[in-house]
Amino acid sequence: MSQPIPPKLAELLDEFADITDRYERYEILTEFADAFRPVPEHIARPPYPQDHLVPYCESQMYFWARPDGDHAFKFYFASENAQSISARAMAAILDETCSGAPAWQVVHIPDDLPQRLFGKDLAMGRTLGLVSLVGMVKNVARTHVKTCPQCQAQAERGE
Amino acid sequence: MATVTKPTIQDRGYAHPEVLVSTDWVAEHLEDPNVRIIESNEDPLLYPSGHIPGAVEVDWVRDLNDPLVRDYLDKERFEELMSSIGVTPEMTVVFYGDKNNWWATYAFWVFQLFGHENAKIMDGGRLKWELEGRPMTREIPKYPRTQYKAKDRDDSRIRAFRDQVLAHVEAHKPLIDVRSPEEYRGERLHMPDYPNEGALRGGHIPGAANVPWSRAINPEDGTFKTAEELREIYEKEAGVKPDDDIIVYCRIGERSSHTWFVLTYLLGYPHVRNYDGSWTEWGNLVGVPIEKP
Repeated sequence: MSQPIPPKLAELLDEFADITDRYERYEILTEFADAFRPVPEHIARPPYPQDHLVPYCESQMYFWARPDGDHAFKFYFASENAQSISARAMAAILDETCSGAPAWQVVHIPDDLPQRLFGKDLAMGRTLGLVSLVGMVKNVARTHVKTCPQCQAQAERGE
Repeated sequence: MATVTKPTIQDRGYAHPEVLVSTDWVAEHLEDPNVRIIESNEDPLLYPSGHIPGAVEVDWVRDLNDPLVRDYLDKERFEELMSSIGVTPEMTVVFYGDKNNWWATYAFWVFQLFGHENAKIMDGGRLKWELEGRPMTREIPKYPRTQYKAKDRDDSRIRAFRDQVLAHVEAHKPLIDVRSPEEYRGERLHMPDYPNEGALRGGHIPGAANVPWSRAINPEDGTFKTAEELREIYEKEAGVKPDDDIIVYCRIGERSSHTWFVLTYLLGYPHVRNYDGSWTEWGNLVGVPIEKP
């Protein structure tokens, strides 16, 4: 049985699973890209520090995470590339569905999330860049779970 | 908008200026029934997020590549693609896209395999159109379906395969590697900021000169440099001659299709082929030589 993922993300994946028309899929993703908000200035301002650059993301997306409650995080992203629309959509989805979710759920985000959202027509380079964004979020959660016995117990119970 | 007046397409000294159109030209032909505007991007969300009114999309992964064989679409699929976007053989297609028309020239190159010669590139691509504040829409246009009859695909003129490249190397004929200097030197196996797509070795095809593709572009607005500036780069710096038999390559043949376009149409070189197997093939191929510093 698969482990529980953040409920909002599960809901979104259910919605995408039924879509057969790619433009319908792209319309929803574009709405997420429109809703993207860059990291607030009290956390970082451009030019963003290179050590926050997401590796392998051709859109030069930057990433930050801040604790949000005992076992959750708020995820922030920013990009200096105006045409980075797919990366902005992915970032907005990760923020909308995974910020505030318990780390023991975030670690179970499927690695093929970009393909499930964007469809099978994604080029390899583009896919790996988006997977890298997902990886940043999961890494923060994974690092937390490793040092948190309560999270590990929750994960074992599958809650 | 740029304040410096730049030479028009006609004034830049190109061998075939008719293959480029300006953003003004496109704006004047939005309603022209003999013109089909086609957007080709690397990012699949750009077109749905907003495009030139009336433009259709051709996606390089979905529409131009065979899903099972590493090859381009065949004649039947090309006919289906053209029919579905309402194009006839007589119609002029105008490509534009993101990343300095990188993918637009790739689509243009594939269209030339099928001899659709009524094809043009919008100088400056999506970037220039956006910088000029021209209209964009999210409306997906629908055109009446056509019955496009394509010519047979001809790979012999503008496409090179690995055995031909090996013979080219052995004959000491010129090659241009259009990847980044780091990729050319073998210090990285993929382009900066892009993931590794799996070449086993780093370096370049023996004898290749390195001219990164984007040097042909004015970065501020995505337009092509003048013929004189291009000759300085390719002839004086890289040492190629107009009548040379030239093979260009990159990672999968996309960036090099841009250089193929520049050499063939803007400088008028008659013998330029694109090796689309490129480094993802050559860097993994058993028994072929590579060169690295």
